[in-house]
Amino acid sequence: MTTISPKEYMTVSAGRLLRNEDVCFVGIGAPSAACNLARLTHAPEITLIYESGTIATTPDRLPLSIGDGELHDTALTTVSVPEMFQYWLQGGRISIGFLGAAQLDRRGNLNTTVIGGYDAPKVRLPGGGGAPEIATQAREIFITAEQSKRTFVDKIDFLTSLGHGQFGESRGTFGVHTKGPTQLVTDLAIWDMLDPDGLKVCDPDFQAQTAEFVVVSLHPGVTRDDVVASVGWTVRFAPHLGVTPTPTPLELETLRALHARSANTQ
Amino acid sequence: MATFTTLSEAIRDHVSSGQSVAMEGFTHLIPFAAAHEVIRQGVEDLTLIRMTPDIIYDQLVGVGAARKMVFSYAGNPGAGLLHRVRDAVENAWPRAIELEEHSHAAMANAYHAGAANLPSAVFRGYRGTDLTNVNPNIKSVICPFTNETLACVPAIRPDVAIIHAQRADRNGNVQIEGIIGVQKEAVLAAKAAIVTVEEIVDDLRALPNRNANTCILPGWCVTAICHVPKGAAPSYATGYYPRDNDFYLEWSRISSDRDRFLAWIEEHVLAHPFDASVQEGAR
Repeated sequence: MTTISPKEYMTVSAGRLLRNEDVCFVGIGAPSAACNLARLTHAPEITLIYESGTIATTPDRLPLSIGDGELHDTALTTVSVPEMFQYWLQGGRISIGFLGAAQLDRRGNLNTTVIGGYDAPKVRLPGGGGAPEIATQAREIFITAEQSKRTFVDKIDFLTSLGHGQFGESRGTFGVHTKGPTQLVTDLAIWDMLDPDGLKVCDPDFQAQTAEFVVVSLHPGVTRDDVVASVGWTVRFAPHLGVTPTPTPLELETLRALHARSANTQ
Repeated sequence: MATFTTLSEAIRDHVSSGQSVAMEGFTHLIPFAAAHEVIRQGVEDLTLIRMTPDIIYDQLVGVGAARKMVFSYAGNPGAGLLHRVRDAVENAWPRAIELEEHSHAAMANAYHAGAANLPSAVFRGYRGTDLTNVNPNIKSVICPFTNETLACVPAIRPDVAIIHAQRADRNGNVQIEGIIGVQKEAVLAAKAAIVTVEEIVDDLRALPNRNANTCILPGWCVTAICHVPKGAAPSYATGYYPRDNDFYLEWSRISSDRDRFLAWIEEHVLAHPFDASVQEGAR
């Protein structure tokens, strides 16, 4: 087996968060690779849903867009886009929303709208798409993104999709009662949303107002300095920092074969 | 009852400057040929409505046909940003464009409300997002039964909806298979609807193995039907041709430079009479 790349660590570690019984609303890009890797390895029964309306889709190749024909051809059923957002997402049928972002902050708030001011942006990004409601209506959110100071910022330029709000706020401030972002998987590390006592979102005593993403595991060969150097806020590390388990040969072979089959879509 | 016309007649008769136009198709069945005919006819000052303004609206915005765009995701899916839309927003080239920005949930609900002849759509959405600060059309209502605050946006009621479908029959009944997106809602919400199709068959009911669920619109809900084979290329039509993913990637390169973009439009849209462009798959 050749050297394992940081991005392969990211995709494999992100895929491991998913379980067989999950109903996962899949964002395009990095989440799509992780979700399909999970389906092709440890979670063969997982239900993958794309916002184009495809339910329980089992693509052989990674789609370039959220609406490639392969997603429909291999789906259990395809519903209209209004039905997808009304019955399935708003209806509370989605256990996991898996999202990426152009910018994110330590509270899991996501920006996919603009870099700079809204009226005269430095970069006009595509916008929210399904994410603003996925972020609030899926029962739990996982995020995956490659670390850089451009992406991991102290203050996002625009809040497209709610994480836990600003310090001092919580999702309840906005009338949102789903868990929100609980875990973040990057090319360097795994982060958990933890409050200052180290409690997780699912803990009844979790203090959302003071919680932030905390590094709980470094990928092999990655140092604390590597993480700090690619993040725009003061990074918190868990007291007992783990080492991310190395991808198994099966995971790596499956991921590489998936990418090879998807050559013109990656 | 739907009338059968050429694409150029349909655009000339039903699309005029200053109107609001919704061209729908969620990755699948995007009405490229019709959008190119709108460009050829020089229609201006359009309010362009579309959940996912991808390459066709990049082209329409790039030639300066739009004064406003109503949307929820303006990207080239899987390939990145829309450079012509960016240039219009960031540099007002070739003209300034007004944006009305929503989420997918909001636009899907707003089309649904339009089709249902309601003035507005009520849904649980927009919680905690800054979109509410930049779009005055995002408001809220309080449920009279539970006191829950819910998001409210105006129904979408376009002057014209344009969609592409696999088949119509001689009575104008329209069949779509595959990803069905929001096309039924867009047509039923609009004052007029143009449907381009891959194929015209005698009678949808007489097709072998036909499934009545795949007829999404009876002919009496459609204004004009145009026979436009490959009218969705370089997007795709399930059962006919696949998505040209290479072109979507190439578009990033073509559209990233103003002169290269204009040369492409000249060569592939303006210089082509309609039929020739269709035969070449709108490339």
